[in-house]
Amino acid sequence: MGKFQLITKGLIKENPTFVLLLGMCPTLATTTSAINGMSMGLATMFVLILSNIVISAIAAYIPDKVRIPSYIVVIATFVTLLQFIMQAYFQDIYETLGLFIPLIVVNCIVLGRAEAFANKNSVVDSALDGIGIGLGFTMSLTILGLVREMLGSGSAFGFKFIEGDGILAFVLAPGAFMALGYLIVIFKKLTSK
Amino acid sequence: MAEFAIIFISAIFVNNILLAQFLGVCPFLGVSNKLSTAAGMSMAVCFVITLATVVTYLLNMALVAFGLEFLQTISFILVIAALVQMVEIVLKKISPSLYAALGIFLPLITTNCAVLGVALTVVTKDYNLGQATWYAFATSLGFGLAMVLFAGLREQLALNNVPKAFRGIPIALITASLLAMAFMGFSGLV
Repeated sequence: MGKFQLITKGLIKENPTFVLLLGMCPTLATTTSAINGMSMGLATMFVLILSNIVISAIAAYIPDKVRIPSYIVVIATFVTLLQFIMQAYFQDIYETLGLFIPLIVVNCIVLGRAEAFANKNSVVDSALDGIGIGLGFTMSLTILGLVREMLGSGSAFGFKFIEGDGILAFVLAPGAFMALGYLIVIFKKLTSK
Repeated sequence: MAEFAIIFISAIFVNNILLAQFLGVCPFLGVSNKLSTAAGMSMAVCFVITLATVVTYLLNMALVAFGLEFLQTISFILVIAALVQMVEIVLKKISPSLYAALGIFLPLITTNCAVLGVALTVVTKDYNLGQATWYAFATSLGFGLAMVLFAGLREQLALNNVPKAFRGIPIALITASLLAMAFMGFSGLV
């Protein structure tokens, strides 16, 4: 697989949200607006790239039996780092996303890439893989956030285009499930041709 | 006593962990095809969440005493992983029948964000140990309730003729959406 394909495969073919259905909790919980969805995607991408790089570098030295706990420690370290960075520079977003920043530790996308890709590929390839999957995740979360924001509060990326409120349910829990369900159907239809 | 009742109702119905807080959605979508597996998974989660919350609550007291709160995420996940492993070993030894029922679900639970999520939520609230345990137990009962209801719906759904593009996860998500809407009716309760 070419270097370029490593980056693009996460967008359509191995899209983590619409095709692989991984990391559903942050996907549903944080996409109340396009900006929130995008922030969550970028935060996950940060952890994903760094953990992929470190895990691919040290994978050869980790005994097979303790590899999963070791990966979790690496991932948790970067999540703690991310928490510090966000608290320092992006206080507002940190408070909006709340619990779901520490929960990146148990996001199956991150551990999944470590187990399925980073531990048997070179550092450069793993970094590119992290960027690709991270971009795919960010893209899906932004789309889902945008759809929910447009229907739910009549605005896009914070700019209002309809007076008054939208369909409030789309900002709340039911809308998250429904919007994701329909988006998966649309994504399936578009990519199956 | 009233306080415990409020925690109980609010954790099960109003702030249902699956349908309002979106924690533990992976098993919710993954193992809800059959009622019996959904019930087994719920029992295992209930057991682990309650136990993990007690342990992490005590651990957090130690972390606070030494001013090491920033280690919460990393230490909690390690403790949960070790705890799940230990529960598996102990269960295998003392109760093979219970192990046979819950065994296959236990390894999956380490990466279930509901466990870490509840542990991290509890320490941000001003609960004492009793309230924290009660909250964790009630939350996991809420998980079980949503899980069993959803599995029942999906068993019925399997008998229906669903359009091809909607089969599998999409129709499940739309069903979950309707279930979440029904649970929104409880929101004025507490």
